[in-house]
Amino acid sequence: MANFQPVLLEAVGVPGGHTLKSYRERGGYAPLERMLKEKQPAEVTELVKASGLRGRGGAGFPTGLKWTFLPKDHPGPIYLCINADESEPGTFNNRILMEDDPHQVIEGIILSAYATRATTAYLYLRYEYPQCWDRLQSAIDEAYAAGLLGKDIQGSGFSLDLYLHRGAAAYICGEETGLIESLEGKRAWPRIKPPFPAIEGLFRKPTVVNNIETMACVAQIARRGVDWFRSIGVPADPNNPRDPGSYGPKLYCLSGHVERPGCYEAPLGITARQLIDGHGGGVWKGRKAKAVIPGGISMGLLTEAELDTPLDFAGPGKVGCLGLGTAAVVVIDETVSIVDFLHNSCRFFAHESCGQCTPCREGTAWSLRMLERIRAGKGRLKDLELLAEIGNTMGMMPGSTICGLADGAAWPIKNAIKKFRGEFEEYIKRTNPSGWMVTDPVPALPIVGAH
Amino acid sequence: MTTTQRTLTPEMVAKIEALAPRYPNRRALTLPALHIVNDALRYVPLEAVVEVAELLGLAPAEVQDTLSFYQFFPQDKPSGETRAWVCRSVSCALRGGEEVLEQICHAAGIAPYGTTADGSLTVEPAECLGACDFAPCMLAGKTLHKNLTKESAEAFVREARARATKRS
Repeated sequence: MANFQPVLLEAVGVPGGHTLKSYRERGGYAPLERMLKEKQPAEVTELVKASGLRGRGGAGFPTGLKWTFLPKDHPGPIYLCINADESEPGTFNNRILMEDDPHQVIEGIILSAYATRATTAYLYLRYEYPQCWDRLQSAIDEAYAAGLLGKDIQGSGFSLDLYLHRGAAAYICGEETGLIESLEGKRAWPRIKPPFPAIEGLFRKPTVVNNIETMACVAQIARRGVDWFRSIGVPADPNNPRDPGSYGPKLYCLSGHVERPGCYEAPLGITARQLIDGHGGGVWKGRKAKAVIPGGISMGLLTEAELDTPLDFAGPGKVGCLGLGTAAVVVIDETVSIVDFLHNSCRFFAHESCGQCTPCREGTAWSLRMLERIRAGKGRLKDLELLAEIGNTMGMMPGSTICGLADGAAWPIKNAIKKFRGEFEEYIKRTNPSGWMVTDPVPALPIVGAH
Repeated sequence: MTTTQRTLTPEMVAKIEALAPRYPNRRALTLPALHIVNDALRYVPLEAVVEVAELLGLAPAEVQDTLSFYQFFPQDKPSGETRAWVCRSVSCALRGGEEVLEQICHAAGIAPYGTTADGSLTVEPAECLGACDFAPCMLAGKTLHKNLTKESAEAFVREARARATKRS
């Protein structure tokens, strides 16, 4: 690991690193030109499959395998959607890739479109990233002018159009079928699956939805090869035939109470502690961490004692977190009340629940109401049971919702109450000395600031 | 409807139509069209919804359904000249984002989601702006304001108001 060189972030700090000229100087687009000449689309898919690349957007599904779900010999069109609706609290790695090295992303998009035989790609960009929009649009214009996008790319006979599509500040558009609905001009309500997008996606045609960092990884795999990619990260567990391993470099976003917040590239499997102490300069102000979010707020919480957990696809799950998610690590120091943290989390999900599935719409709203009540000094111990019940019953895992937003809302609740129960109980007893033991129904307080 | 009364200008219509070849149907133009209207007017009044629907061959209710989902496009009156989004999600909140929101609202003399009387500034709480490395942060128009403090927040409000005064 001492020899680890960042590649996804190689343009960061390079003057003019976002331009086509700079990208070419670093070896960019040559792999694409070679692949278009030498390899069939299926061979590119095989390459990505062999690399073990798993999607970087949060779910970690093997990218090459996802591509093989497209129907064979489909008359088309096939669509490629690039998910740049990065909205998971704590996450900004895609913003940095798009701002500092848009051509790396675009090369990955062209390769992925070639592999999947997509002839139109839409890059769905969140509204909050105006600088990314400008950088991407200039890079797309450069790529068209250089014959890297458009008709008959580099004389290969392969054509691709790439369009930017602007979101409107809704977290749910990062869910792949919510994104598709939004692109189609509808409310971004996730679809019931199956059919999966590979069979029936955008405009009811076969569709692949991939994340920005995944696209950058595809470009680097084409440039540096499968062996390079597989030499980094955590190999598949030989005792678990269902573990696809965690290969390759990963962008970790470090924020919250650290000395040096930032986006750091490291091999998959770095521990939270190595990241915080090694890259982040430690917890700020010489304090200790109370809790650490391992991969975006949806993933739940690590305690201080769990900070040696490796942040690969399998690691956080072993200590009760939802998963690696977006690998956004947020440090919460010992001075923060866990009640305040959970209130912030519940407010986020109550705001962002799309309202389609009742358990999520009501579960997120009522968990926020309960946290408001606890913070107002009217909490009861029974509220912790109710919160846990909400956490255990809303989501795809208990089978009550269409998409995973509710699982992401549930995990911080479940982890916080399980791992920090003592602090909740102490807070409730201290702030509501005369009513903490009441178990009768109580009226909700008027809700403040959810919307 | 007479042409003189229209909310959508020929320029807006031209911008929307220029995007049409990108999509296999016109409904997909809904969000781009709403953005084009909102960029120009800083809101999307109901008349504009009707006209967008007409342009795209949709029912006004279909456009309104999509529009209302996002809670992004104001409909009653335009946003302030500067629309400021102050992040309150976890990474910013840990570094004082909620306090910055209060300070900005206090300096501007408005409540969250409010617009100053001179129409210069609207302040809204935002969920994660994806700039947690610069927490607490705020997006105002196309500008990301990084590592906000009470002083820089108050200076921002003064400058936003001064810009409007200069123009009037």
